[in-house]
Amino acid sequence: MTTSAVTFSSDNFARQCGQRIRLVLLLAVVLSGLSHTAGAQPPPGTELAEEQVLHRGNSREPQSLDPHIAEGVESSHIQRDLFESLVGEAANGDLVPAVATHWDISDDRLRYTFHLREDAKWSNGDPVTAHDFVFSWRRLVDPATGSRYSMMLAPVRNAEAIISGELPTGDLGVVAINDRTLQVSLHTVTPYFLSMLTHATVYPVHPPSVNKHGDRFTRPGNLISNGAYVLDEWQVQSHVKLVRNPLYWDNENTTINEVYFYPTEDLNAMVLRYRAGGMDMTSEELPVSQLDRLRETLEGELYISPWLGIYYYGFNLTKPPFADQPKLRQALSMTIDREIITDKVLGNGVLPAYGFVPPGVLDYEGYEYPWKDMDREAQIAEAKRLYHEAGYSKDNPLRVELRYNTEQNHKKIALAISAMWRQHLGVVTEIINQEWKVFLDVRAQKQITQAFRLGWIGDYNDAYTFLELGLSNNGQNDTGYNDPAYDRLLADSFQTETVAERAAVMRKAEEHFLGDYPVAPIYYYVTARLIKPYVGGFKSNIMDHHHTKYFYIKAH
Amino acid sequence: MLSYILKRLLGAVPTVFIIITLAFFLIRAAPGGPFDSDRAVPPQVEENLNKKFHLDEPLIQQYGRYLWDVVRGDLGPSFQYRDYTVNELIASGFPVSVRLGLSAILLAVMVGGTAGIIAALRQNSATDYGVMTFAMLGISIPNFVVAPLLILVFAVYLDWLPAGGWNNGAFANTVLPTISLALLYIAFVARIARGAMIEVLHSNYIRTARAKGLPSWKVILKHGIKPAMLPVVSYLGPASVAVITGSVVIEQIYGIPGVGRYFVQGALNRDYTLVMGVVICYGALIISFNLLVDILYAWLDPKVRYS
Repeated sequence: MTTSAVTFSSDNFARQCGQRIRLVLLLAVVLSGLSHTAGAQPPPGTELAEEQVLHRGNSREPQSLDPHIAEGVESSHIQRDLFESLVGEAANGDLVPAVATHWDISDDRLRYTFHLREDAKWSNGDPVTAHDFVFSWRRLVDPATGSRYSMMLAPVRNAEAIISGELPTGDLGVVAINDRTLQVSLHTVTPYFLSMLTHATVYPVHPPSVNKHGDRFTRPGNLISNGAYVLDEWQVQSHVKLVRNPLYWDNENTTINEVYFYPTEDLNAMVLRYRAGGMDMTSEELPVSQLDRLRETLEGELYISPWLGIYYYGFNLTKPPFADQPKLRQALSMTIDREIITDKVLGNGVLPAYGFVPPGVLDYEGYEYPWKDMDREAQIAEAKRLYHEAGYSKDNPLRVELRYNTEQNHKKIALAISAMWRQHLGVVTEIINQEWKVFLDVRAQKQITQAFRLGWIGDYNDAYTFLELGLSNNGQNDTGYNDPAYDRLLADSFQTETVAERAAVMRKAEEHFLGDYPVAPIYYYVTARLIKPYVGGFKSNIMDHHHTKYFYIKAH
Repeated sequence: MLSYILKRLLGAVPTVFIIITLAFFLIRAAPGGPFDSDRAVPPQVEENLNKKFHLDEPLIQQYGRYLWDVVRGDLGPSFQYRDYTVNELIASGFPVSVRLGLSAILLAVMVGGTAGIIAALRQNSATDYGVMTFAMLGISIPNFVVAPLLILVFAVYLDWLPAGGWNNGAFANTVLPTISLALLYIAFVARIARGAMIEVLHSNYIRTARAKGLPSWKVILKHGIKPAMLPVVSYLGPASVAVITGSVVIEQIYGIPGVGRYFVQGALNRDYTLVMGVVICYGALIISFNLLVDILYAWLDPKVRYS
């Protein structure tokens, strides 16, 4: 099982990021049911510090610690330590057995049978059983729970009907054959189902304590969890403190005894706290204005790595000026100098995007615009030609509104891109910023938007989490893209037999989508973190999932 | 006096009612709702959420329900922090904000008052100019500049104090935030105290006291300070409220779990109940501080009597 960890420090980053980052994986190996321990011990000979306490910066106050309620990375970073799913992740993101030691998949790929480990326990000593998963997943899809992420179980039989209140939760396609065997039936072949099982939403909860405490079951003292850590303290807006769970099945391979998560909305203040020694690692975002200095002063502590996300502009295809104007949209997209945006405007290590699915996604090689390799003059000449063919010229310029949510970097990018459009095509752009919730509202309504900012971080490690955004019935389809041929291609991708075949169909879909220019990709996200040299065990992975159980503090 | 206080408290009820009403409809008038996010949810899920939090009811019914809940002391569940009720959030954040705010005010009165009086006694000397220059600086440098500078010097370079975090209110964690928060008020108090003291020193009864041959320190301590503090006290009411409600920047920079962050984030997240809870809390605070100042005033100024 070979994997290439995608860790690079800032200086060789520029060199490496030009190359395609490939994660070699695995699915087949895992499917064959290997038993592999998820724990990670420090390399032999590592001298460990006496005090194994880790202080982590964690962007915002978690919305909730209830796996079925929470959304957002700040909650899931903590939940990954508290809970454990059937399938887990190694430090580098590879799928490994967790509560399930192995699983069988039926020939039609519609039935998954998970075999649970004997020694999986809740933090109060109760065994983790298949019934607990049935309870938890029914709770997740129960409309009364009010989960915003319940669609993560959509591939499971009847899940969608239960979420919309048409069927009782008992009809969910999940059955406990016995205490240690869980059978899951899917309504359609879902190649990324195992990958989805690493998402925090599908973590199990402890039925007796949920029944007993109701909404208060996540409080310190009430929360019974099955992960490597248990909740010890939670002061809202100050910190969440977890301590080691001695009953965790892989406890002997865990090194850190206590971990603190601090909400760090103010990025500059977070860096100061890190430098003063109050934090051992920061959150996944550093202040752009400080990066150059951090590169010089804290060189060995800065980790920039690709993240499963894309930043892009969308065009409203339902209204003028962009309805039925593919050439105009292409002209605008080609005029954007992505390298200027990534290197000069931002300079934070993000990668220029010429495709839609970020590099590094499991078992997939994305499509990229062929004009990526044309030289800049040729790109602009072609863009001008398309612009004229679309009926616009210097004397009759396009007047367009470009909308983004109020934020410093969005503004910089919008200014740079509108300048590129004006310089090369003569486009007159009106830049409009709106407060986040207002922006979301306007964008989703598709009534007054023309060009607008979009961004997407994938929910699971598969190209589909991006490609589904273009489906005509997708809730996030803010461009109004509606192409039956595209919908059909994505539907076809589920009917394929092999991983390679599926990748080929999805690539064709991506090419089709990008060829219609409903969007202009701008850059692929990266995470940027500071980590003290004495913290061991960190490995970058494209999902940016970092379990505390893989870390250790070296003597320092 | 007691009947005066009672009257004032009763008079506050309609004020609070108006505040609640205005805030209730204003926050709901803002576009977007608490459950909007860039991740669209199926309409059914949205409906379930609205039902769960009674957002599907007509606005007037929601308003009635809210008023009834408030009367019973229940500020409702938070829409954003779904594991907590607003009562719990305010109960955890408010004491932190009050503690921080009042320590800052105390520091401001002690340091600013002393500096102002000394400056007044040595009017137009180097000391006076020094104090007033410092005060001008304190007023003109915003705290989002001062706070990171203090962290840089005292936490990063000197390593004397923690750079942030609340650590359950440990004293070391409160030093820098209190100073950052107090600087502006130290400056204001110093200027006000100086002006008032100069005026008092020129008044007839001080001249009389001096003419009677009282020692200078007695004149100032016994007859000078009390009247000189009057303008400071009337400033303290609004200042205390401002320092408690306006510490959001300091809370953010130092990672302090106060109520100011709830207010700002609650508004951005359209967390209606949380914003309402904080508004009510702030309203009550302003009303009670104004009352407190009026009472204190009566004690300090023999010309003012309430009956």
